[in-house]
Amino acid sequence: MFKSRWIAPVAIGVILIASQALAADKKVIAVSIPAADHGWTAGVVYHAQAAAKEVNTAFPDVEVVVKTSPSAAAQVSALEDLSAGRKLDALVILPYSSEELTTPVKAVKDAGTFITVVDRGLSDASIQDLYLAGDNIAVGRNTAKYMIEKLGGKGNLVVLRGIPTVIDDERIQGFNDAIKDTELKVLDIQYANWNSDEAFKLMQDYLAKYPQIDAVWANDDDMLLGVLEAVKESGRKDIKLALGGNGMKDIVKKVMDGDAMTPVETPYPPAMIKTAIYMTIANLVGQAPVRGTVKLDAPLITQENAKEYYFPDSPF
Amino acid sequence: MSVITGSAALRQERDWNIGWTDFGPFLALLALLVVGFLVNPDFLSATNLANVITRSAFIAIIAVGATFVISSGGLDLSVGAMAAFITGITIMFMNSMAPEWGVWAIPAGMAVAVIVGTGCGLMNGLIVTVGRIEPFIATLGTMGIFRALITYMSDGGTIPIDRSLREAYRPVYFGTVGGIPLPILISIAVAAVASFILYKMKYGRKCAAVGANEDVARYSGISIVKTRTIAYAIQGACVAIAAICYVPRLGAATPTTGVLWELQVITAVVIGGTALRGGKGHVWGTVAGAVILELIANLMVLSDFVSEYLVAGVQGVIIIIAMLIQRFSK
Repeated sequence: MFKSRWIAPVAIGVILIASQALAADKKVIAVSIPAADHGWTAGVVYHAQAAAKEVNTAFPDVEVVVKTSPSAAAQVSALEDLSAGRKLDALVILPYSSEELTTPVKAVKDAGTFITVVDRGLSDASIQDLYLAGDNIAVGRNTAKYMIEKLGGKGNLVVLRGIPTVIDDERIQGFNDAIKDTELKVLDIQYANWNSDEAFKLMQDYLAKYPQIDAVWANDDDMLLGVLEAVKESGRKDIKLALGGNGMKDIVKKVMDGDAMTPVETPYPPAMIKTAIYMTIANLVGQAPVRGTVKLDAPLITQENAKEYYFPDSPF
Repeated sequence: MSVITGSAALRQERDWNIGWTDFGPFLALLALLVVGFLVNPDFLSATNLANVITRSAFIAIIAVGATFVISSGGLDLSVGAMAAFITGITIMFMNSMAPEWGVWAIPAGMAVAVIVGTGCGLMNGLIVTVGRIEPFIATLGTMGIFRALITYMSDGGTIPIDRSLREAYRPVYFGTVGGIPLPILISIAVAAVASFILYKMKYGRKCAAVGANEDVARYSGISIVKTRTIAYAIQGACVAIAAICYVPRLGAATPTTGVLWELQVITAVVIGGTALRGGKGHVWGTVAGAVILELIANLMVLSDFVSEYLVAGVQGVIIIIAMLIQRFSK
């Protein structure tokens, strides 16, 4: 009787120790990303989870753990939790903010973990083994180039900005630099906070204020949705182009279908988290050298290549 | 004798005061229209005014509900998140019913919206009254809950309405009756019903009594719990009506739908002359307040002399000046 009572705990203990030993053979990659609170981060979560699933099936001796955090403070705690229990072989992180996450990530690195940073770089670049990001200046520049070409180098533009951040500043800077020596004139530029509703209102106001608008640039697709609705409702025919940016599936679909007002799209793909996870694994499993900085370009998405950027199951 | 004369004089003065708070917001509105016209004549064009008043409808409708809550001495911070949540539920319900019921899914979805909205409001009310939790904390909690639910339901992305319903539903926001956009008519109707309840029915007087002085109201046999809970339920129903008008505008709910609406709503109520600490509510003033807020934002875009970086600051200054004019012109 006394003995049988001990059998179960002992058995469980043995299994636990055995599985610990098994797990120790596995290479662990932690992925720390912001929680889905708007379209783009929702895309990041979707692609990170998709990558984790694919990798866990393809490489039996690699385990990818995805952890989402709703704030910078929560992300710091998540890093502590992830690295407390076991040794991490690699950390792929999209930091909430550069300043707040720099020291916590350094602590993880000091324990011997390979660090991959995505999108927002840390304040101390020497912590990053691999840094992968999109090119916000190119997002603005490539959109502008297309507009210049399409409008024959002259016309009246209105622009909608996002939330005052480096991302927004760089996009606007790339755009302004590209149109500097042309006869394209920016009639107005205002913040609409990457929000469809605010963009709808702002576009209505632009339409009321300016009788002749040739093209609109909303530097994000959430805003473009609001812009398109406002233009449609006004019944105005002078607007030839309304372009966005980021690569939301609804807009990529428009490009695929050959929409007249939105014939191209500029990507800043949330799927870049997937690129980062795969590159990290290439280093960990295949010994492929990946240390350095990778900058994804923002090539125009056109009707021909739209398929490559279209993810019908993604929330973004 | 002298006592009677004194109270009569007092009442007269108070009546005059009430008269002024009733007209104050409309004078501010008028002043804003004049300034707007001077800045840019396009401001008074029929299309621009129709656009601006139409889009102020959501805030106006929700703020009418908030007039009840605030006048009864409460506060509701959850309205923006609640609007997003109801929008999400409504769209999901309509989409699931569309294959079977066709266009009839739209009125059914509207009914669902009102039921869910009233339920959400009732929940807020019960937490505040029966649970005896400060309204600020209680509704801050439900605000988080509603916001998380819409984010969860949409996976952080968007919940778009079914294509087959889109065209049929569009007129609720974009349609006109006799040249007047439908959302404007709906908000006028909501305000009319609300002012009837607040000024002509017993419940309205109870509301103001509870908000003005809880103890006195209790001694006069008014149920504080019932009065406040009903106010929150009315607020919920108003949020639902706003959500019904909101869905056809962009045809989707997202986790950023209705962000910070609660602040605009509270501002509209206060600009409209209702005191934040409770007491008499001013329904029509609230509606004027909502239009004023939207006009200020519109004016910022139509004028050329405010830098895009300073817009929010100038808006803040205008709101404070508007309140000061009301205060000191007494």
